Amino acid sequence: MSLELYEGSLPVEKILSRWYNDMKDKNYGAFIPFVGIVRDEDGISGLSFDIYEPILESWFKSWQEKAKKEGAYLLMAHSKGDVLNHTSSYISAVVSPQRKVALKLINDFVEDFKASAPIWKYDLIDGKRVYAKERSMVLKGAGLLK
Amino acid sequence: MIKVEFLGPINKEAIEVDIKKLSDLKELFKDDKELQSWLEICAVAINDTLVDSLDIEVKDKDKISLLPPVCGG
Repeated sequence: MSLELYEGSLPVEKILSRWYNDMKDKNYGAFIPFVGIVRDEDGISGLSFDIYEPILESWFKSWQEKAKKEGAYLLMAHSKGDVLNHTSSYISAVVSPQRKVALKLINDFVEDFKASAPIWKYDLIDGKRVYAKERSMVLKGAGLLK
Repeated sequence: MIKVEFLGPINKEAIEVDIKKLSDLKELFKDDKELQSWLEICAVAINDTLVDSLDIEVKDKDKISLLPPVCGG
């Protein structure tokens, strides 16, 4: 499945190294990782995350099926809880026999991740979690019960 | 009974309701002013599948989840 969830910041070097070692003899010609790093901005000390795992898993599985049709494979790791500035909360990667397929897939996957993955982000300000509502995206079908 | 859970930042304990259709939940929540601002922006899942119609029947032990706007990464 290759969806990994961690408490706190991701051990980026370990994850990337393990993924690379797991994939390098599978005859994929391209390995394209994306690593998000928490920026120090607007007075935050970091970010914090809640995840609804059942829907995240089904969303990821549907993407894995799409990738398989193109001969590619997706890997993703995300943090739960607090992630301080200048550490990482998100890594995704695509392996594929072809570079162009992998580049397009990583872009489409990350775009849909932002729009559809059931993950809620909070800014850490003065030790408090403040929901990042303005930066969040409504899910498809939102407002059904209004 | 049907469980209703409020995910992420809604910060509200799950409740149990006795309803037959999703539209009954809309009716049930219509006077809850605090919840109303969330309902405008929340998507709805039944048993972990997002739905887009109120005309869906629910049965005992089903789970309805309210999902506010998301921002992973």
